[in-house]
Amino acid sequence: MGATRKKISLFDILNVTGFVLFSILVLYPFWQTIVLSFSDANASSSLGVHLWPDRWITDAYEFVFSYGNIMKAYINTIVRTVAGTILIVTFTILAAYPLSKKELPYRNFFTIFFLIAMFFSGGIIPDYLLVKNLGLLDSSLSLILPSAVNVFFIIIMRNYFMTIDKGIEESAIIDGANYFQILTKIIIPISKPVIATVALWAAVYHWNEWFHALVYIQDDAKTVLQIVVRDMLTAMDLSNNSSTAVGGGGMSGSELLLSNVRAATVIISIGPIVLVYPFVQKYFIKGIMIGSLKG
Amino acid sequence: MQTVVQKAETKTKPKRKANTKWIEMKKMKTLYIMLAIPMVMLFIFHYIPMYGILIAFKNFSPGLGIWDSPWNNFDHFKRLFDDFLFLRALQNTVVISLLKLIIVFPAPIIFAILLNEVKNEKFKKVSQSISYLPHFMSWVILSAMVIEVFSPQRGIINFFITLVGGDPINFMSDKASFIPILILTDMWKEVGWGAIIYLASIASIDPQLYEAAEMDGAGRFHKMIHVTLPSIMPMVIILFILRLGSVLNAGFDQILNLYNPLVYEVADIIDTYVYRSGLEQFQFDYATAVGLFKNVVGIILILSANAIIRRKSEHGIW
Repeated sequence: MGATRKKISLFDILNVTGFVLFSILVLYPFWQTIVLSFSDANASSSLGVHLWPDRWITDAYEFVFSYGNIMKAYINTIVRTVAGTILIVTFTILAAYPLSKKELPYRNFFTIFFLIAMFFSGGIIPDYLLVKNLGLLDSSLSLILPSAVNVFFIIIMRNYFMTIDKGIEESAIIDGANYFQILTKIIIPISKPVIATVALWAAVYHWNEWFHALVYIQDDAKTVLQIVVRDMLTAMDLSNNSSTAVGGGGMSGSELLLSNVRAATVIISIGPIVLVYPFVQKYFIKGIMIGSLKG
Repeated sequence: MQTVVQKAETKTKPKRKANTKWIEMKKMKTLYIMLAIPMVMLFIFHYIPMYGILIAFKNFSPGLGIWDSPWNNFDHFKRLFDDFLFLRALQNTVVISLLKLIIVFPAPIIFAILLNEVKNEKFKKVSQSISYLPHFMSWVILSAMVIEVFSPQRGIINFFITLVGGDPINFMSDKASFIPILILTDMWKEVGWGAIIYLASIASIDPQLYEAAEMDGAGRFHKMIHVTLPSIMPMVIILFILRLGSVLNAGFDQILNLYNPLVYEVADIIDTYVYRSGLEQFQFDYATAVGLFKNVVGIILILSANAIIRRKSEHGIW
């Protein structure tokens, strides 16, 4: 340290300016979507930098909630995320704990059984045929069962378990505890950070997952938010023109574009992630650090 | 006589070993029960579909099922290399993937080195948190935003084009601009997230290295290039080789949500081609063959990548 480090050079100014510009670049599309969602057809039919709506109107939101099945999709997404996350976390712990035991006979065989699945899969058609043959098409289970075992998460958690001091467990065994008790009473409580990380990743995965929902679910009553947004995109592609009016909105009686409605749907969909983001982002980073450790 | 004794010994030894192993396993019964549950799930949803790959070698009819459908003498694979659409998809996959490798891969490295030079810790933290926000959004959501940014009706880019006297361009259906959009938006989404691992690696550099460089009269750029960069180089090489190993993944989620028939010529990749021919045109067997081709080449690449990393750095990816 010393005087040389405190001096502000031209490079510092350029560097900080660069990062300010980059942050604006990252945030602009988000802000633009917010503005669009609170605007009507009049305000969004001209080229320009739309930093503020002409007037804040909620017609697009009223339209989204009164029209179609967004509430249903919202509930489905929440249910799917909660159930899917519980399932992933449970299976991750159940697999990671035994695999973290070096003295487990045939441990390598089991590890390889999991690793193969990470590198080789049937592909989308065989996956689809399996789900179809199991009778899971159009069932919400098709959204949570195929992804319930995540090998990447298992490796991360196994690596974490392997760093836990063996002594604690050994004394518990002497006291007559079995492995299940050790897992629930000792290992899980001291592994909260890694479990939180896996749970958050799993939750984000389920909240954002759209491909299985696209392929396995046709029934509108079981659809999820991502598919509602996607359907609006494809509807737009067909007319190749996002300026088609979708009809009069609510109280202010102004015209809405499909773009306004879609922007509102996007904001509704990403709301929960953006709201919790500032508080949980440190766990995501922690997960990367654990993941890069070698087991 | 001696040999007999030796033989007897070698005979009993493995048995005793097996016995102790059996006792060990019984003691760990609970562990095996725990392990069995995810293994059964994985078997059903991951290994059984591998059996479904058989239809790549058959004329699949859903009525007959996977086993009873007739074999077809590798017809699908022969067709593969006469199929103009497949060859186009293969070429697009490699082109898009390599362009991303050259342009997107170095971005997080530069981002991390420059961010490390920012002195104000709070500013650093906020910039970093903002930078990986898009990583947590799906391409369904992001494509809705990207389409608006490039929109000919109200997009900001076309606004600037008209400011300098140009005519609005319909970027998303323009073959010349679609690939640059793919690359830029991919970089926009992942640069901050990709930088995390490099920043961690930079944070663990021994400060004495910098002090020693300062003693030798090294300036700031000198330190960036001769201390910071070499320190993270092992990480860069590992990630680079891994990325090479997945060169057949050109970004399915991104492209399926951004492309349209007007740009298929440059944007259709193997994964999107499998999706369309399989699940939209219902050629299950042919689409599986295309997918299998990609999967086999992919696994050869990724295993070679890992073998190289192991040889070079003594720690592989697992």
